[in-house]
Amino acid sequence: MALLEARKVSKSFGAIQALEEVSFAIEPGEALGLMGDNGAGKSTLVKIMAGNFPPTSGELVLEGEPVHFHKPIEAREKGVEVVYQELALCDNLTAAANVFLGREAKRGVWPFRYLDYATMYERAGALFEELKSETRPRDLVRSMSGGQRQAVAIARTRLSDAKIVLMDEPTAAISVRQVAEVLDLIRRLLDQGLAVILISHRMPDVFAVCDRVMVLRRGHKVADKKIAESSPEEVTGLITGAIGAA
Amino acid sequence: MSADVSIKDVTGQREGGLWHHIAGSQAFWVTIAVVAICVIMSFVSEAFATKNNFFNVTRNFAFIGIIALGMTAVIITAGIDLSVGSVMGLSGIVTGLMLDAGNSIYVGVAAGLLTALAAGTVNGVLIAYFKLSPFVVTLGMLSIARSLALVISDNQMFYQFGPDEELYLAIGGGTTFGVANPVIVLVVLTLIFALVFQFSTWGRYVYAIGGNEQAARLTGVPVERIKLSVYMLCSLMAGFSAILMVGWLGAVTNALGMTYELRVIAATVIGGANLMGGEGGAFGALIGAALIEVIRNSLLLAGVDPYWQGAFVGLFIILAVLLERVRGRQSS
Repeated sequence: MALLEARKVSKSFGAIQALEEVSFAIEPGEALGLMGDNGAGKSTLVKIMAGNFPPTSGELVLEGEPVHFHKPIEAREKGVEVVYQELALCDNLTAAANVFLGREAKRGVWPFRYLDYATMYERAGALFEELKSETRPRDLVRSMSGGQRQAVAIARTRLSDAKIVLMDEPTAAISVRQVAEVLDLIRRLLDQGLAVILISHRMPDVFAVCDRVMVLRRGHKVADKKIAESSPEEVTGLITGAIGAA
Repeated sequence: MSADVSIKDVTGQREGGLWHHIAGSQAFWVTIAVVAICVIMSFVSEAFATKNNFFNVTRNFAFIGIIALGMTAVIITAGIDLSVGSVMGLSGIVTGLMLDAGNSIYVGVAAGLLTALAAGTVNGVLIAYFKLSPFVVTLGMLSIARSLALVISDNQMFYQFGPDEELYLAIGGGTTFGVANPVIVLVVLTLIFALVFQFSTWGRYVYAIGGNEQAARLTGVPVERIKLSVYMLCSLMAGFSAILMVGWLGAVTNALGMTYELRVIAATVIGGANLMGGEGGAFGALIGAALIEVIRNSLLLAGVDPYWQGAFVGLFIILAVLLERVRGRQSS
């Protein structure tokens, strides 16, 4: 059974048809590269999966059960986590504080419930170890590299026991060494049986970590095939429209 | 295997520790400045290092410091509250009016605090839920609250405080163990604020909103509720301060707290709160208020023309912001 399945998902904004009957499925431990030019409908599809808005028609099926997300929190509760492009981190807080933001560990008895720093540092440290990232829980995010910031954002999804992680352009605007770090982070998630959907413009990244690549063009799915059976040249052609469909 | 060990070593590390943390805070350097000025002044003027002067200085900055605590919470969320001076005036007048009418101290104080809370609620709802600019909303409240104080008081002064007059005057104007009561209130509130900022989810969310409001919202922080609460809290502190101040003065006019918003914001900023949000602390509010008062007092005792006070206070505000910029450059 597929972990997440989209069935003929369409979305229109007024007269604009952003997505038209897009269907796909993803298995646990699988990485799907989602590619397409600007305006192809990638962001719309991600936002539907993340619960930012519901599709106009069609439905999402999570572990065999149809789901209807109206708010991001509903998607998160079902195990769908998003690592946002702009990284949704608070620069002025520590790595641990960011990992636990919105679901802090607490101790004591009400009304004297207080933040449990020791547990949060320990758990965040364990998560960074699990991700094999050299990130210190007590450091402020402000002083961190792009790769470490990604580790913090990804550790946050691990905390909630997510089943599927949507990553929106995680390797845009970071250095080459850090890109390698982020790709390693993605492999760790896959090792643990999570599904990852990687939205990226960077062909080498998709070919490095993904099992499959799906291409959108003008709201239509034009390809969905195994990485091993495709090539960067073919995908480029699909994105630009030089190749109609594959 | 060896890779695991090295990562564990790194993730377990702390940078610098406590000393590094303290030396990196603005409040620490402002404390040094306050101590330095005090040491110098004790040589310059015989009247400075006296019990009497210490008593007066601490009491004078207590009223500002109490409000600066609330202002710190507002400024950490990247907001501003310009209405605190006017809310003081309105809250003081309502308390005075109720006591003058023969009500008990409980009724008078409750009425004053509820008035302040109401003003803070209006500010907070307009800013958090209607997404209006904090600057404009609280500028409006500055005008409205002062005007209401004029209307309610009918430009009268109140100096008779009903059946509990003695108790009321003792709370604001009295001393405990030789320390002015407002100073004790300030110290206790500073400790409470410091603990709440550091150890409560509310405190954590206040900092998170100031750091990245969008991120806070995406991770499920109740941004609107928290913003509403900081404006209510800030106004409540203005109410507290007004009630203590009226007790100390022994009378209240509708000019109570006039232009205090500037002194409160100055104290908050000198204490290390960043108007861009995300930075600041309870101790900073106290020490910022202390620095301003110590400067004023020192200039007075050194025989400097009091017209110069504003220039010196302004100089320290700008120095504080410069210091913050220099520190910011070092850390990034």
